Amino acid sequence: MEIPYVVETRPDTGLANGKLGIWLFLASEVMLFGALFSTYIILRVGSAEWPHGELNVWLGMANTFILIGSSVTMVMAWASLKLHDFGKSRMYLLATFILAGVFLVNKYFEYASHFTRGELPSHSTFLAIYFTLTGLHGLHIIGGMVVMAYLLGPGARMYKSHPDQYTGRIEYTGLYWHFVDLVWIFLFPILYLL
Amino acid sequence: MEHSDPATIKKSVRTYMMVGALLYIGTVITVAVNQVHLAVPLAITVALIIATIKGSAVGAVFMHLSHEKKWIYGSLILTAAFFVVLMTVPFFTVSDTIGTPLHHETAASAGAHEGH
Repeated sequence: MEIPYVVETRPDTGLANGKLGIWLFLASEVMLFGALFSTYIILRVGSAEWPHGELNVWLGMANTFILIGSSVTMVMAWASLKLHDFGKSRMYLLATFILAGVFLVNKYFEYASHFTRGELPSHSTFLAIYFTLTGLHGLHIIGGMVVMAYLLGPGARMYKSHPDQYTGRIEYTGLYWHFVDLVWIFLFPILYLL
Repeated sequence: MEHSDPATIKKSVRTYMMVGALLYIGTVITVAVNQVHLAVPLAITVALIIATIKGSAVGAVFMHLSHEKKWIYGSLILTAAFFVVLMTVPFFTVSDTIGTPLHHETAASAGAHEGH
């Protein structure tokens, strides 16, 4: 049985089901990260002192540049599909995947440097919320990479049989990826700079 | 996305590049302002203003929120309302001090005056 409104828009919402679905998912993600940001405020306001300069600002800045770059390549992957250039789209999607990997490698070095100094989440309130926020964000990066790997690999076959549906999948992946970038845009100043 | 004919998409590509450059510039400004060592409340305000501008650019352009359907706006308005409630929670944690003296010194000095 054919699932309706996968590509064509529903008459009542004016949207394909996947589009509304990914936005509702992102709404739940806003609440998830919102709860943790709220926790950060409570911990920070309630603490007598808050450490400054514990994190490597330049590494954080480099990771911000990497994620911004990955957002640009992600939206270009979608735009290329809209221009019927599948090869270019794959190239941009691969670039996004690689940039995500570089972000995680940077994060690995950052975490490793903390662990070797004995700075575990139990070390201080700041490190506890730092590892929670960046750890959850990192899991989202990994989740995005899994989806991108599928769309680059076996999922890419769909472009030949159902190009519009494949374009939709790239768009929804992109919406998720931009959200992950958006979260980092706020995480970077509150954890690394303030 | 509604407007998806090739000419519009090609035009959008230039916008994506410009927004990408804007985000890079915003990041550099955020770090540069941090190096100036402003007072903490001012530093927090400036950093969050820049982050909000950058986040809005990502949402409006990359996520196409500048021209979306009303169902998406509706769900996001609802989310924003709950998000505001969530951000207000920290204030409730200190609300049990309402009605109590602001400074212990004030209460102590008041007691000392009564003694005289």
